[in-house]
Amino acid sequence: MESFAQLLESGRRAGPCRPFPRGEVSAEQWTALAGHLAAGDLVLMGLWGDAGAVHMALLDEAAGRLAVATYACAGGAFPSVARHHPPAARLERTVRDLYGLVPEGAPDDRAWLDHGRWGVRHPLGTPLPAEPAGDTYAFLAAEGEGLHQIPVGPVHAGIIEPGHFRFSCYGEAVVRLEERLGYVHKGIERLVAGADVAQAARLAGRQSGDSTVAYALAFCRAVEAARGVAVPARAHALRGVMAELERLANHLGDIGAICNDAAFALMLAHCGVLREKVLRVSARAFGHRLMMDGVIPGGVAVDLARDGISAIRVLVSEVRAAFPALVELYDNTASLQDRTVGTGFTRPDYVRQFGAGGYVGRASGRPFDARRAFAYPPYDRLPFEVAVRPEGDVNARIWVRIREVEESLGLVVRLLDTLPDGPVATEIPAGPGEGLAVVEGFRGDVLAFVALAADGRVRRAHLRDPSWFQWPLLETAIEGNIVADFPLCNKSFNCSYSGVDL
Amino acid sequence: MANLLVQGTQMLLVLALAPLLTGLVRKAKARLTRRRGASVLQPYRDLARLMRKEVVLAENASWLFRVVPYLVFAATWVAAALVPTFATGLIFSWSADLIAITALIGSARFFLALAGMDVGTSFGGLGSSREVMISSLAEPAMIMIVFSLALVAHSTQLSTIASVMLAGVGLRVSLALALVALLMVAVAENGRIPVDNPSTHLELTMVHEAMVLEYSGRHLALIELAAQLKLLLFLSLVACVFVPWGLAPVGAGPSAMVLGMATYGGKLAVGALLVAVFETSIAKMRVFRVPDFLGAALMLGLLGTLLLFVSGIL
Repeated sequence: MESFAQLLESGRRAGPCRPFPRGEVSAEQWTALAGHLAAGDLVLMGLWGDAGAVHMALLDEAAGRLAVATYACAGGAFPSVARHHPPAARLERTVRDLYGLVPEGAPDDRAWLDHGRWGVRHPLGTPLPAEPAGDTYAFLAAEGEGLHQIPVGPVHAGIIEPGHFRFSCYGEAVVRLEERLGYVHKGIERLVAGADVAQAARLAGRQSGDSTVAYALAFCRAVEAARGVAVPARAHALRGVMAELERLANHLGDIGAICNDAAFALMLAHCGVLREKVLRVSARAFGHRLMMDGVIPGGVAVDLARDGISAIRVLVSEVRAAFPALVELYDNTASLQDRTVGTGFTRPDYVRQFGAGGYVGRASGRPFDARRAFAYPPYDRLPFEVAVRPEGDVNARIWVRIREVEESLGLVVRLLDTLPDGPVATEIPAGPGEGLAVVEGFRGDVLAFVALAADGRVRRAHLRDPSWFQWPLLETAIEGNIVADFPLCNKSFNCSYSGVDL
Repeated sequence: MANLLVQGTQMLLVLALAPLLTGLVRKAKARLTRRRGASVLQPYRDLARLMRKEVVLAENASWLFRVVPYLVFAATWVAAALVPTFATGLIFSWSADLIAITALIGSARFFLALAGMDVGTSFGGLGSSREVMISSLAEPAMIMIVFSLALVAHSTQLSTIASVMLAGVGLRVSLALALVALLMVAVAENGRIPVDNPSTHLELTMVHEAMVLEYSGRHLALIELAAQLKLLLFLSLVACVFVPWGLAPVGAGPSAMVLGMATYGGKLAVGALLVAVFETSIAKMRVFRVPDFLGAALMLGLLGTLLLFVSGIL
């Protein structure tokens, strides 16, 4: 762990990035850090490209220290991390697609986001004219007598995001699942570069619409850290209320939707009603059902009025009254339990290796929660439980959500009880800086890196969705299960397509 | 002549009522899940819409693919017409018995499974293989039920069975077992929850829907109508054998016929409600649990038959 200590030290001395240090490393140090990742000493929190450099965010989970290593790519290449630590593979492929920086010795040299349809290659690096488009993606082979492939998507029968799943099956049993994503690439990183922070925050809130509060919050916290701005206490509390309402709405929706994938529509109906109530109250209190653009750099866009507070209080008591009966219904329906218990087992060692956050990690015994690990306001002054289950199956992921719904209800009430007075936003003075923030969205930890140019505009921003480290685990969770159980496993992960397709 | 008239009325009646029954089940399910739901007439509108629509055929679809919807529809319609619904005096009843009904349904399924594989898509093959797995267990169970009934009524003809039941055979363990087995087979045959989910959008979990995924236009309309007829058939079968009260006997007057129709309508409505309540209160089972489920149906049917062999009064 010497190289990590050196990184922390050099980062602190160089000091461009706040509040977590970022330091330049040599090729040897970079590889040594990759070795620590492979050994499980460090957790990979993100890996992204920049002009002529790659950054890698690393977490020392035991000590709770986060740092960014930067490697200046001489000759447009960098030593592959994925070679030692598989979780970096898709991130490296993305760096290559967007920047043209080559991970040397990478185990997988296929394109990830670039499907050959952009009309340009390496759009963020040195753009090259595109090669003729053709869908010639080589899926990983699975060979043997009686194996057959089932291609699913990217267009699905239900109203979900596009993604392609390639199943290799032996009868009903899944031998291998391979995902292919990138169908909702929006070029957000290109749009954000050069934008002012207000516009960039709006864009950040659209990377994955269902976690718009978490994304905007992560981005704004990074900007505020970069500029050294202290946000008013009331804004912190209101951001907390929004984040917990978002978590509530999504978890309630998920619990119902998972049960519906087992053809138990009753849970979907009742959870759908509760979710709708949360959305309507959010609209009343913050002016938007998903609270999009509610979090802005420097604070929040709208103050919470008195009637908004009482609406939220009524909502909490309504959900508290209705939810226990639904939990009981879930727990007492044997046919439903038969589907969820033991299905889609995610191995705890994989969860630790991939540093998977959110309910995916916590349902397999990894107690990581960014609200606890980084104790950012307002969670620094709030007591709450982090729900952890060891089983790693669909049932455990539902129970983590159930516990988090209950915790979120408590958090919302406590935030409203202790809501400070005062302004809800402060100015962000224009100027350069660099910030990093990690925020707990409903899916898990969203990491935001922002580098501001001298005129205060965004030079480079990268938002890393929690699903980067959850999608690969879905491939492992379905192995050995039957094809017909995939929708259930998939819904219990509920990974973001838009968030990773950037 | 009267029997021919009854038979004709019956054929038109089942055809006319089948979409309504499905609409009723859907409406009840919607109400149970706190939704308003579409009108009970919606299945008629869907059929009319599909009939007007163009048929889109896969490039490599063979003649079989185009013929199968008509075969499936014809076989199911004839089968549904053989079950006494409001009157027992059906002219076909003397030439086609319960075994013929089972065979008709079986051949409809056989052709549908072939059509599912015809185009060569992975979902079609998946659906066909699942359907055949389910039917290979549902059919023997059905035959066992037929045997139980035949041993009680000394006939496999539904009109005779209904008359015997109407005359009163008392409460019998074997018949209770047969009823439970028949209900389980009916759930599997109709692709209802917990065996299959007719309203799912998840391709990977489908059975019946996966087989017919490639169908469109009038072909799809015929297959949907056949599926609706099949649900009506099984509800009618349960009603005819286990609650035959109200059935107009052979050569009955118009008033008995009207009474028969009214009670039949009532039985269907109750049946639709029970289907909706059952489906709402249970989740779909794992595909590999279906053999256990149907194995239980087979065992119940077998047990019923054995009991009748051992003792004539059980």
